[in-house]
Amino acid sequence: MLQTKTIEIIVGIFVLLGLAALLMLSMKVSNLSTLGDTDGYRIEAEFLNIGGLKTRSPVKMAGVVIGRVADIYIDSDTYNAVVVMNISNDYKNIPQDTSASILTAGLLGSNISAWGRAVRKPSLMKVIEIMITSDAVVLEQIIGQFMYNQAASDDEEW
Amino acid sequence: MIGGFVEFLRFLGRFGLGFFERLGRAHLFLLSLLVCLPAVVRRWRLVVLQIYSVGFLSLIIIVVSGLFVGMVLGLQGYNTLVDFGAEESLGVLVALSLVRELGPVVSALLFAGRAGSALTAEIGLMKATEQLSAMEMMAVDPFKRVIGPRFMAGFISMPLLAAMFSAVGVMGGYFVGVGLLGVDDGAFWSQMQSAVELREDILNGVIKSIVFGIAVTWIAVFEGYDTVPTSEGISRATTRTVVNSSLAILGLDFILTALMFN
Repeated sequence: MLQTKTIEIIVGIFVLLGLAALLMLSMKVSNLSTLGDTDGYRIEAEFLNIGGLKTRSPVKMAGVVIGRVADIYIDSDTYNAVVVMNISNDYKNIPQDTSASILTAGLLGSNISAWGRAVRKPSLMKVIEIMITSDAVVLEQIIGQFMYNQAASDDEEW
Repeated sequence: MIGGFVEFLRFLGRFGLGFFERLGRAHLFLLSLLVCLPAVVRRWRLVVLQIYSVGFLSLIIIVVSGLFVGMVLGLQGYNTLVDFGAEESLGVLVALSLVRELGPVVSALLFAGRAGSALTAEIGLMKATEQLSAMEMMAVDPFKRVIGPRFMAGFISMPLLAAMFSAVGVMGGYFVGVGLLGVDDGAFWSQMQSAVELREDILNGVIKSIVFGIAVTWIAVFEGYDTVPTSEGISRATTRTVVNSSLAILGLDFILTALMFN
């Protein structure tokens, strides 16, 4: 039987190891060290169709992640989808004529919301709503359109 | 014919009554255990001793299994993902499956086999040799002196062990994926970091392992305390601990996963 003091030291090491593993999981494995969810401000954008966009999808500007989708709901007046984005405070002066579009990440990947770059200089006013939006591209619609056009052009040849 | 059917009904009824009686006793046991917990916290030295035998001595099996589970995940995941040209997502696969499921579940199963059976056998033998009754004769509450510290130790050790299992598993997946199979180092970590959420994945994994820790140690100390005080009874109780706590872990895991990630 070991002495009580030795056992207590060993248990101390054990607890420290466990906490270190937790710390490693939260710092190295998860995204704690990158953009947080809470700090930042909110921007809304309306879309006719958001495709498969989900909350917590990354919001990118010129390919750089600047925030995450915080909430998605239906506007009760227009019946459009409203996407609420949480933008990091590091990117405060987003131009007023920024446009938003929903793109697919990878062939099979989830959808992400991406922002086009604006032409105008950054405004001092904080943008709270994006007016220019383009909707998610739904693969089935494109295939349907393609087939429809193909059939139409086939008809012309006759 | 009718007599056989009545016998069958009687057997079912006895089985049901026995099951619910045990369940009720287990809950009363838990209740009296929870009442003792403040007194147990004041005797934290006893808890530390138990963390040594319950937690620290399980460390080797947890770390080695975690390493191999992570390495197998890396190999299997690579072989599947490389067909889609998505081998960079290996980090995501390894980390998410470890943190969400395998870490809490497999380490709890190992914990039930390694520490739970030992707890049952220890307490069962104490009961069989009437050490528990002797303590009561000396006005020492066995709940505060024997059972409470063991319960606390399991409750504290389990999340730590599960976290170590997951961390070592991620390192094992990294070793196989990046070291042996040539997945890109940066993509492995960065895709993992962008996919794994602190609150959604890691915290829920920790909550799972705390729930499993409570369930396993509760079953283990109850089976030990409730054992028939013979050598056969102890062996049955030890078997029941492993079987029941494994089933409880898997059942609870389904419920928790359905609640957390739907």
